[in-house]
This record gives sequence, C-alpha cells and structure tokens, in this order.
Amino acid sequence: MNETDIGFWGVPLAMFAGAIRVSTPFLFVSLGECLTEKSGRINLGLEGTLVFGAMSGYAVAYLTGSPWFGVFCAGLSGCFFGAIHGYICKLPKVNDIAIGIAMMLFGTGLAFFFGKPFIQPQAPHLPSISLGGWSSLPQVRSALEINPLFFIGIALAVFMWWAFKNTRWGLIVRMTGDSAPAALAMGYSVDWVRFLATTVGGFFAGVGGAFLSLYYPGAWSEGLSSGQGLMAVALVIFARWNPLACFGAALLFGAAGALGPALQSVGITQGYYFFNAAPYLLTLFIMIASVSPKRSLKGAPGELSITK
Amino acid sequence: MSAFTLSRRTLLKSAAIGSIGLSAGLLTRRPAHAEDLTIGIIYVGSRDDYGWNQAHAVAAKALAAVPGVKVVEEENVPETIAVAKTMESMIELDGAKLIFPTSFGYYSPFMLDAAKKYPDVQFRHAAPLWKEGDPTNAGSYFGYLDQAHYVNGVAAGLSTKSNKLGFVAAKPISSVLSNANAFALGARSVNPKAEVQVIFTGDWSMPVREAEATNALIDAGADVIGCHVDSPKTVIQTAESRGVKSVGHNASQANLAPKGFITGAEYKWETIYKKFADLLAKGEPLPNFTGGGYDLDYVQNTAYGAGASPEAIAAADKAKEDMRAKKPIYIGPLKDNKGNEVIPAGTVHAPYDPWIDQINFLVEGVQGSIT
Repeated sequence: MNETDIGFWGVPLAMFAGAIRVSTPFLFVSLGECLTEKSGRINLGLEGTLVFGAMSGYAVAYLTGSPWFGVFCAGLSGCFFGAIHGYICKLPKVNDIAIGIAMMLFGTGLAFFFGKPFIQPQAPHLPSISLGGWSSLPQVRSALEINPLFFIGIALAVFMWWAFKNTRWGLIVRMTGDSAPAALAMGYSVDWVRFLATTVGGFFAGVGGAFLSLYYPGAWSEGLSSGQGLMAVALVIFARWNPLACFGAALLFGAAGALGPALQSVGITQGYYFFNAAPYLLTLFIMIASVSPKRSLKGAPGELSITK
Repeated sequence: MSAFTLSRRTLLKSAAIGSIGLSAGLLTRRPAHAEDLTIGIIYVGSRDDYGWNQAHAVAAKALAAVPGVKVVEEENVPETIAVAKTMESMIELDGAKLIFPTSFGYYSPFMLDAAKKYPDVQFRHAAPLWKEGDPTNAGSYFGYLDQAHYVNGVAAGLSTKSNKLGFVAAKPISSVLSNANAFALGARSVNPKAEVQVIFTGDWSMPVREAEATNALIDAGADVIGCHVDSPKTVIQTAESRGVKSVGHNASQANLAPKGFITGAEYKWETIYKKFADLLAKGEPLPNFTGGGYDLDYVQNTAYGAGASPEAIAAADKAKEDMRAKKPIYIGPLKDNKGNEVIPAGTVHAPYDPWIDQINFLVEGVQGSIT
C-alpha cells in the first residue's frame, strides 16, 4: 500500500477517465450520423469512414509532421466518402442502407490497402490539455489530460442542437428529414440537402477516426476500430436524434467500455467477458428498449427509411 | 481407336513442344535443388503489427531467401471457413507443399480437415496442439516463450519501485497463462515482494481496450507493464506515454518506448522454418511436433532498452544462461492464486513437460482470475 493507492475509488475514476478518453470518436461519429439522419437518410458507411479517417489522418500526420493537419485531412476524406454515399443515394431506386454497408466495406478495404506502409512508422500525436494540476493523485491528473477534440465535440453538439432549432439551415435539414414533399413545395432540392448533410456528416466521422489513430489509443492498425462507427448509429437512435443527448450517450458508451479493465484492476476479476461486452450489451438493450411495433420512434425524422 | 494413333502432324507438334519445354527447363533450372518448394504462410492479422504476425513474417522473409524456396503469404485471414479457402487456394493454385497456418484458432477443424483432404501436403501449426491420432501430415511447432517471459520478469522485478507489475493478457488459454506465470515467477525469484496484476481483454487485438487496461493497471499502481496480446504496440506506447517502464512480447518493440523499454520476449521462428525447409529439401520427413525455447534457439530476448538498470541486466543475463541450460521454471511447492497447491513439494516440471501446455491457473502472487 502506498499513498497513491486509491482502491475501489479507481473504478468510478477509471470510468470517468474512460468516458472522456473513449467517448470522443463515438461523439463525432454520432453527431455526423445525427446530421445525416435528420435530413432523412441513414449512412451506415460511417464505420468505413471512421477507419479511413483514422488511416488518412495518421498517414498525413506522419508525412507532414502536423497532427492537426492530419485531423483536417481525415475530415476531408470523410467528406469524400459521405459525398459518394450522398451521390449514389440520389439515383432512383437506391436503398441507402445497402449503399451504407457497401461503403463500410469499401472504406475499411481501401484504408487497409493504403494503410499498409503506415502501420510501422510513428506519427506525431495530438497534444492534450492538462486540467488536473490541482490534484496530487497521478490517477486524477492522468484522467484530466483531455484532448481538445473532446471540447470541440461538445461545442459542436451544442451548436448543432441550437442550430437545428434556431437557424434557417437547421429548419431546412429538419424539414427535408420529416417531409420531402414539404421541402419540395418550399422549393428546396431534397437530394441536394441530403447530399450536403451526408458529406458534412462524413467530415465529422473522419475526424472521429483521426482521434483514434492520433490520440487514443494513438496508432494506426487494422484492428483499430472495434465497431465504434456502427455503435454510433445505435447511439443516435438512443439519443433520439438530439445532439445534446448524443453527447451524453457517447459518454455512457465510453464509460461502459472502461468498465471491464477497471473492475479487473481493483480485483473484481470474475466474469470479465461479461463486463468487456458491456458496450455491445448496452447497444442491444437500447435497440430492444426503443422499438415498438405500434408506433414509430419518438423524435425520429419521418423520412427515415427504417421508421417509414 | 483414332485417339491412340498418332498422326504425323501431332507427333511433330508434340515433339516441338517437348523440346521447347526441355530447353526452357534446362535454362531456368536452379542448382542444388531437385524441385522447388512452395511454402504457404497464413496470418490472422497484418504482417507488420509489432507482434505475433510480425514475428512470423520476419521468419518468412528469412525463409524466402533460402535458394529454391518460394513463400506465398496471406494476411488478415479470420479464424473461420476463410482460412480453409486460403489453404485450398495456396495448395491448388500456388502448388504449396507445406502450409504454416499461424493462428491458434486455425487448427481445429480447418487445418485438420485440410490435412485429411490433401494427404501429400504438409501442415504445421504454431501452437502445441497436435496429438497422437491427428493426421500424420499435420503437426505443431512452438516456441516456449514462457522462458523469455521469465527473463522479462527477472528484469522487471528489479526495475519496479512500487513492487507492483502489470500484465495485459488477451485470453486465458494455457500459453497466455504460462507466460503470465513465468513473468510473475521470474519477478518473484529476484524480488519476493513483487506482485503481478493481470487484466484480460478477452481478444487478441483490441487496441482501445488494451489502452484502457494499461491505464487501469498504471492507475492501480503498477510501474512496469508486460503483456501478451497479438500486437503489443498500443500497450507499450501507452505505458511510455504515462512514464512507466515496459517489457515487450512477440517481436521487438524497443523503438516504441525509447525511455522505458526494459527488454522483450521474442520468438525466433526462422530457426524452425529453416529447419523444416532443409528437411523437405533433403526429402526427409518433418517432425509432427517440435517445441523448444532458449536451448534450441526458438526464443530470444530483445536487446536491453534505456529502462533496464545495470543490476536488472546482470540478473536477466544470468536468467538467460539458466534457460539455455534448461533450468526449470515450475518448481514445487507452488500454490496458485487461490491458495490451492498445484505442484507438491519435491516435484519439478522440466521446461518441456506436457504439463506446461495444460496450465489453467495463475500462480501465487498474481492478481487476476481466468474465468
């Protein structure tokens, strides 16, 4: 026993730290998905966008030496994938979910193909902001090493929440998502709005991927994403298409991911398979809890193909 | 009957083709080897993962340099029916005569089925799984990395200040458990106060969870981190960024942790691969099972990094000598971490005792549970 041993307090602290460290990719992907779904389309391809964003962000950061430029390029590559999805879905009789799955495979495959030479080299990491200087506990200090992208994500969530309600653009996106005929009657191009929403959504997902490879865990490898992109889609439904709730849900998923290792570290070692599965179980329970055969989901955009 | 009578034209044609073939054969013929050997190597992940797959790929490269040997490789093959298809295409399309499926889950049923289907092809799998009754053209080879992990433990036990070591483990199977145990026994042999805390991630490659596990161990007070996961890159990098020391696994991770790297347990598969290629070239049968450690040059330790203190280096060098001399790691009396006696006093398990392949406990001094 020494003075830095904090015993069982380690579990809530680890979950708090894990929520901050692990939630950022969830947050960015779910905000991107939220925007896309608000416009009336589902983009399941964000898992592929996330992986490609992770690869391209890492590659650019390594080649240019600037991690922030890497983040930007990851976002641009995400735009590219979003734009492909948006364009193909514009064509007649195309199913957005099927295209999403195709884009997911395309994105991961392309990332693995181009990512081969970047597994070995080490790219510069994103810096973090230390907010824990007041504490004498190294655990707390390390938990409060927070990446600026986390704060950017929070600001983005608040901005989107405000913009959906209070801006003309927010209204147009919501209208396209709730009733395409209404948008047409108002003289807006439904396809164009959805194309833009998917493209911008792709940007966010790409940034989320760059966080994975450039900050935490902080290296590009082919096993980097364990389904964060797909879980983020479930998370949007859980958050009822509300960007602020997306933030809360992302924190919850991050904390759930930290639960397994944290419990083992304080000596609760039985049943770790169960605790490690926590984020996936959570996804499943959310899906079960939020469906009903009698009504469409509260808050769901009316044009969404899963709720129609 | 016309099929059997050769017309003059056919005869001329086949003679011409034959002579072209013959001269081509003469021109490209390589010296010393009667026939070229194609070897197929299958990886579960990417070849440069700083870990298990990289250790094999490094050996594959050395093997490809042997005259007359051609190596075909495929990476990212899941432990599913996909590996059966990969083996089939290596045999049918590339003409492979020897296949190394290198991941644990490839063995049963996929490799066993393929061995029954292709009796003239040799299959050797990288885990101690082959037993009497399995197809004779199949087999296992294995490096006993627990010996190198013991050396890791000795170096780590003399490098810790908090007397608490961390170990990030993938799955609770015997080869992982024996490495964690050897790490703990090595550490406690030089520092009886040392304790090892194990966290299982539940999968071979899970970067985010491995990083969380490393952070959790450091938060719980561990100041040297070891691991047994497929790609230790994340664990070593996270430990380095938190300012604690680390020991490696599978391949060399020394350049990932310029400040805190002590040493690492590495496989040396090329010793085995070259031995096999040599036997096949001579037309001699391959052993169904070969396993070894330091004494047969199947495992090694990474060159010491900046984290290794002079006394840790001296003790670890001595431990290497002990391993080369086949000094046993498991000596009774020994208890597991639940207090049950697993080796009675007076019993000693030699380095390659089959008992070691059946280990299903964590030794005293290790915090963690296998269920």
